[in-house]
Amino acid sequence: MNAAAARSGWGADTLLLVGPAVLFLLLFFVYPFAYGFWLSFTPAEGTWLANYSKFFSDEHLWRTLIITFQLALPVTILNVALALPIAFQLRRKTRYQRWMTAILVIPITLGTVLIAEGMLTYLGPKGWLAQFLSLFHVYDGPIRLTHNFIGVVISLVISGFPFAFLLILSYVTGIDPVLARAAATLGASPFAQFRHIYLPLLAPGLATTFCLAFVQAFSVFPSAVLVGAPSGPTRVISLAAYEAAFEQYDYSMASAVAMIMGFAQLIVVVAVLGLRHAFYRGPASGAKG
Amino acid sequence: MNEQFKELRLDRVSRHFDNPSGARVAALHELTLTIGRGEFICLLGPSGCGKTTALNCIAGLLPVTGGTISLDERRIDLLPPEKRGFGMVFQNYALFPHMTVRRNVAFGLMMRGTPADEMKARVARAFALVQLTGHEDKLPGQLSGGQQQRVAIARAIVIEPPLLLMDEPLSNLDAKLRLEMRAEIRRIHRQLGRTTIYVTHDQDEALSLADRIVVMKDGLVQQVAGPEEVYAQPANLHVARFMGYRNVLALNVGARNGDQVTLQGSGLGLEGTAKQELGGTRASVAIRPEDLSVGSAGPNAIAGKVENVEYGGHDSLIDVRVGEGVVLHARASGRLKVGDEVKLTVAPQRVLVYPAESA
Repeated sequence: MNAAAARSGWGADTLLLVGPAVLFLLLFFVYPFAYGFWLSFTPAEGTWLANYSKFFSDEHLWRTLIITFQLALPVTILNVALALPIAFQLRRKTRYQRWMTAILVIPITLGTVLIAEGMLTYLGPKGWLAQFLSLFHVYDGPIRLTHNFIGVVISLVISGFPFAFLLILSYVTGIDPVLARAAATLGASPFAQFRHIYLPLLAPGLATTFCLAFVQAFSVFPSAVLVGAPSGPTRVISLAAYEAAFEQYDYSMASAVAMIMGFAQLIVVVAVLGLRHAFYRGPASGAKG
Repeated sequence: MNEQFKELRLDRVSRHFDNPSGARVAALHELTLTIGRGEFICLLGPSGCGKTTALNCIAGLLPVTGGTISLDERRIDLLPPEKRGFGMVFQNYALFPHMTVRRNVAFGLMMRGTPADEMKARVARAFALVQLTGHEDKLPGQLSGGQQQRVAIARAIVIEPPLLLMDEPLSNLDAKLRLEMRAEIRRIHRQLGRTTIYVTHDQDEALSLADRIVVMKDGLVQQVAGPEEVYAQPANLHVARFMGYRNVLALNVGARNGDQVTLQGSGLGLEGTAKQELGGTRASVAIRPEDLSVGSAGPNAIAGKVENVEYGGHDSLIDVRVGEGVVLHARASGRLKVGDEVKLTVAPQRVLVYPAESA
């Protein structure tokens, strides 16, 4: 290795370490993405923008984008808002924290299809919940928690909440608890400690969690079909892409839908991460670093 | 909280916890102490002696499991920390990393709803006191360790707490800065006269800062006394060891006359002074290296041979083999080398005699 290479830290060994990852990204991400991007501008008929103009002029198509936003945004906000107080309460390392974490994490291991199966058995019109309620004469009317918009929301909360919870828990436990104790000795009530110490230090982590949870919810597919109403209220954008690709065999159109989907996610992620810049992002401890 | 209190009373304050095997352990056992307004108290002891536990109990960060804490006639041990209003300086400073130094210092006043103009004036005074004026708009991460410590002190005193608690505030600083900050803390205490409880494991710090020192071990108080007394008249062998009595000999007790004791053993004969009731025929004898002088004439002359010399600038630390296999540590200002025959002398009142250790 020559001196210049040594200074800049780029030698043969660096290449050896970085190489496989770069190759993997090129083969399985950059190339398919670039290919899809190009494909979306080469429709079977019409000008190069034909797919895009079709998407935004056909209500059957552009509505899927709105429906997906209507699903993904509230679900993400709900997941983060539910996970934050629970993770905060469990910030101290206790036996309790381990148990709760284990219980809350189980849904992650299940997968969407299994969750949908469970929901149909439990929350369906003739499911256990309906039977239980009518048995005790609490509620005899029909229960409609599946095969509609609510069904998909419930499914996305079940699968998305543990994910948001785990992420936020790791951010919360990364904050030195001595900071809150210092705030307490200065007269801060438990709520003021949360408001002035924990919340500002958590803000960047919450933004990251929001982005990841949003992307996950935005790409909803199986639960929209299994516990939703895929012909109407929960006809999400990934369904539109699927139909174009595997029912009409129009890969060019399917690529265009996928590009629109990716761009929509990108806008939200960039906006939220941009907000993140407004917050303090240094180490969350009071000691000299 | 009334800052014109007369005294803080700790009455048999205890803190127990259950260790993993289920046994109940006392981290702090029945600490009883009355602290007058304006006093500077040091809790001194090795790590795990219960000194930080005691401080956290006073601050309200740890609930007590026994005893009471009262400020004059008012019981405070059941109040949460934010209701006690004691200023605290933490070992790792615990500055809020996302706030400017100014907002850190103003935090306590903000929580109290102090009017903006008064807050501004008091924060400026606090910055002047710790000599950090001009650094107000930096983040804590942009300051050096010593500066961060000053901010931590300013943040604690700006709320004018009746009691200032300091938990090993200098242990993260290098030796030179530690001396400077020690003088600084002393100056601030002189200037404000604020009652302070200071936790440390460093006897030099305790000796130089405290009006009274509370020496602790295994959750128990060993001695409460002024610095001179703790230094010269340790109450027991543990305190003696901790205060730098490096020579501890196990000898037989001979004739006794009041607290004057004659001691024999290991080929030595010494005249000493009993500091505690001597039970059996064996005793532990503690002598500070500084109290042994090299010379020919004087009481308690002990002949020996120099085994090791550590040059220390002003004087040297020498190891002298005496009697039957005993090595005494002493300080000598003269030029000595390994192999020299010397005579050590020590005044009988500086030979402290304690009951033999049971172990």
